[in-house]
Amino acid sequence: MTYEIAVIGTSWGGLAALHQILGALPSSFRLPVVVVQHRHKDSGQFLPRVLQDDTSLCVCDVEDKTPIVSGNIYIAPANYHVLIERGHLSLSTDEPVAFSRPSIDVTFISAADAYRKGVVGIVLTGANSDGARGLKRVSDRGGLAIVQRPETAESSIMPAAALRQVPGARVLTLAEIADVLAALTVAPAQRRTGT
Amino acid sequence: MALPLSDSGPLEGPPVSYDPDLERIEIELLLEGVYRHYGFDFRSYAYASIRRRLWKRVEAEGLRSISELQALALHDATAMDRLLLDLSISVTAMFRDPDFYRVFRQEVVPLLRTYPFIRIWHAGCSTGEEVYSAAIVLEEEGLLDRARIYATDINDRVLKQAKAGIFPLNRMQEYTENYINAGGQRSFSEYYTAMYDGALFSPSLTRNTVFSQHNLVTDRSFSEFHMVFCRNVLIYFDRALQDRVHALFYDSLVMLGILALGSKESLRFSQYEDCYEMLHVKERIYRKVR
Ligand SMILES: C[S@@+](CC[C@H](N)C(=O)[O-])C[C@H]1O[C@@H](n2cnc3c(N)ncnc32)[C@H](O)[C@@H]1O
Repeated sequence: MTYEIAVIGTSWGGLAALHQILGALPSSFRLPVVVVQHRHKDSGQFLPRVLQDDTSLCVCDVEDKTPIVSGNIYIAPANYHVLIERGHLSLSTDEPVAFSRPSIDVTFISAADAYRKGVVGIVLTGANSDGARGLKRVSDRGGLAIVQRPETAESSIMPAAALRQVPGARVLTLAEIADVLAALTVAPAQRRTGT
Repeated sequence: MALPLSDSGPLEGPPVSYDPDLERIEIELLLEGVYRHYGFDFRSYAYASIRRRLWKRVEAEGLRSISELQALALHDATAMDRLLLDLSISVTAMFRDPDFYRVFRQEVVPLLRTYPFIRIWHAGCSTGEEVYSAAIVLEEEGLLDRARIYATDINDRVLKQAKAGIFPLNRMQEYTENYINAGGQRSFSEYYTAMYDGALFSPSLTRNTVFSQHNLVTDRSFSEFHMVFCRNVLIYFDRALQDRVHALFYDSLVMLGILALGSKESLRFSQYEDCYEMLHVKERIYRKVR
């Protein structure tokens, strides 16, 4: 199955989890990834900067109408929602959804509606239930739904909520999630000959 | 055809069974109808955001398709009013992005001070929080009496609120922090009187301000300005429309005039990029140089 975009949502404990996943992605990784991590509205550019240290892929802060380029990691800016359209990312200052801006649900739902079954949606550690409805939309549209194994999450509330909405999601550890992502992008011929 | 409604909160979009190509046709038809019947032109607004707002209204009106909303909006002007409120996203705050106002005070005010008389335009001012914030800085810097300020928005409801200058009391703590982080030196509470229904800001802050309706999509330039604020408005437009509005700003600025965009907006990819230099990279403050 070929996918066109991955979306990752997380809040409490997300920084360490993102370090682990992004750090494990090969430099040949070809899927664009949009990361929505809840954080303080004035937190600035800190997150993209520290995550850039983990990877040779380009970690970018999102600006309005940023083109989606394969292999780039896009970090939702604090205090804006990120809406995914075919080919680019739009920002909005609409009201927070369930107290969150950026909202994981808003980004996941827009991804699922724009890219349909081409979406990989991933819900990681977090202390609220944002992302559950978004992951359901990803799964309903035929995309791949992945949830961090709740017992292994720093805070299991977000993954558990996502699993209640999407009982059929794949339940994986962070290392397994990185493996699945990396495997998605490896061309079939390479996968057969690789070790 | 009966479509099932989601039972868990607002739809955030259509049911999964909804055909996406048909949805786009319906949205384009609705926007075209609204434009031809009422003159409000949302046809070049950013699709994902418009779509999200339309589905919220579909749900709030108890309808099931964009076409049903189209019929309602065209035949019932009060429904159109409600839709208009949804489509013009007016979320704002005083001293939103405190660093921006700090840079405005430290780096832009000295440039404005060189003019004997200053004309400023707040385009898309919403309920006025941005206008009062900038006015506080200008007042503290002794420039407010030299300034003529035009504050415009497409939506006259928000303009009424802006004129009244009454903002929610429960946000004063947040605004006070923003004001301090923006480099404010006084006590923020000097600027308002707490009343039972809100914080009434001193009318003297808007003594040189004209609030009026102006549509960035269809109306023309109406003066020459030394500074234009247009923050968090262009993100709701598609690229082509953004470029048209940049032409309007370019025509409305004096040479060396200043353009302040929202912190995630830029002139990058716009035709006008070369006409400006960056005064402040992070806070997206530009100066017209050719
Ligand atoms: C999110 S608010 C921005 C408020 C303020 N500038 C700020 O940054 O906090 C966007 C405003 O743009 C206005 N707007 C949208 N389309 C417009 C148009 N075509 N012409 C003028 N104003 C428009 C909306 O009515 C809304 O009040």
